[in-house]
Amino acid sequence: MCLAIPGKVEEITEENGLRVGRVNFGGVVKRVCLDYVPEVVVGDYTIVHVGFALSKIDEETAEQTLAEFKKMGILDQELESEEEAFVRAATAPQMACPDGSCSSE
Amino acid sequence: MKYLTEFRNGEIAQRMAREIAAITTRPWKIMEVCGGQTHSIIKNGIDQMLPAGIEMIHGPGCPVCVTPLELIDKALAIAAQPSVIFCSFGDMLRVPGTNMDLFQVKGAGGDVRVVYSPLDAVELAAKNPDKQVVFFGVGFETTAPANAMTVHMAKRRGLKNFSLLVSHVLVPPAISAIMSSPGNKVQAFLLAGHVCSVMGYWEYPPVAEKFGIPLVVTGFEPLDLLDGIRRAVVQLEAGKHVVENAYERIVTYDGNRAAQKMLAEVFEVTDRAWRGIGVIPKSGWRLSEAYREFDAEERFQISGIHTEESPLCRAGDVLRGAIKPAECAAFGKECTPRHPLGATMVSSEGACAAYYNYGRFISVEELAGAGSAIAH
Repeated sequence: MCLAIPGKVEEITEENGLRVGRVNFGGVVKRVCLDYVPEVVVGDYTIVHVGFALSKIDEETAEQTLAEFKKMGILDQELESEEEAFVRAATAPQMACPDGSCSSE
Repeated sequence: MKYLTEFRNGEIAQRMAREIAAITTRPWKIMEVCGGQTHSIIKNGIDQMLPAGIEMIHGPGCPVCVTPLELIDKALAIAAQPSVIFCSFGDMLRVPGTNMDLFQVKGAGGDVRVVYSPLDAVELAAKNPDKQVVFFGVGFETTAPANAMTVHMAKRRGLKNFSLLVSHVLVPPAISAIMSSPGNKVQAFLLAGHVCSVMGYWEYPPVAEKFGIPLVVTGFEPLDLLDGIRRAVVQLEAGKHVVENAYERIVTYDGNRAAQKMLAEVFEVTDRAWRGIGVIPKSGWRLSEAYREFDAEERFQISGIHTEESPLCRAGDVLRGAIKPAECAAFGKECTPRHPLGATMVSSEGACAAYYNYGRFISVEELAGAGSAIAH
């Protein structure tokens, strides 16, 4: 729940007075608020929690952590769509379980 | 242990574990605060790699777990109202209230949505002026900046139909409460890396000083956790008690000052009830006076909620480190992830659920023996 996922900022725009970026997390792209990281520019890596960038990080750290989180099943859960969330809710008793093992009872 | 060989640099992990064993002369009890760390430790078998004397105690850092049953019931009552669009993160959907959960409320006709960012809920409010849009704002300091900005935006955009059902909790008061509890066994803490990415670690030196405990800012990956544990043991063995940063690639001393400024504007410190623990003074945030009109509890005035925790549940003892999950008589019997009786079983980041999901049904002593047999 408190995990922040590294991603690469691909584009920065403004929406309703907020600095909003398109951030790529190993292939999945999300809209992310960049207001808390004014130093971040296009091409930078940042860690993101629930759609908010929290700090800038270097590329090597980002790629390593992304690979590790992917392996741990964290990426799919943090970045799932609303539809995926409801499908998982229908089958698994616990939404926070990253690899679906909770459903094996 | 099936994941042990799969994670990055498995050999380095084994070497780090041997290093920890080499410097350990006495038994030590170390608590990881964060539920994400608990999950990673159990899933990767980190605790089983450690020398027998080092015991990991799993702290209260799962926000879903410590959200009071009463607030879950309030959320369900609000979500069931016909004029409401109720937004939440996915991990709250199957957390049971007294009678049902959010997923079932949706099944019964409630408009329950899962959002990626709380800002999505503000967009929904703008697009649905005839509806009340409520966001369930649960979390530690990591999640709070998102919710703070969300309420700030709702105010700036003049959205009178948006509100936040808020139960934010804070790490430093929880550490103080654990250290002050009778029979406390914890001697050092791994601090939650991503909480510190927001808050920095400037709040913690007085805590380390007051209780004489090492505090190590630690990440989530197996090697991060082993490094955090190693540094805690080095301090414990040397009789030191300072704040150390083992997650420098993410965390700075100051943290994110822009986020902290927004938090100070939108929230104010309040007493909070932690499920499984009870009320901890000044351990959470509520909306400040300037933003109080966006408080869903005030807007909806849900009353008549009566909750009762199961008398079988020993979540409080687990959270304090007094017992391991498998030592609870209800564990895996009356209490399972599908039918959780209390805090530590409701989310997979809770200690009991993590133990259940990864098959930890035997005692710590047996585990230590089994762990060393497998690790070599």
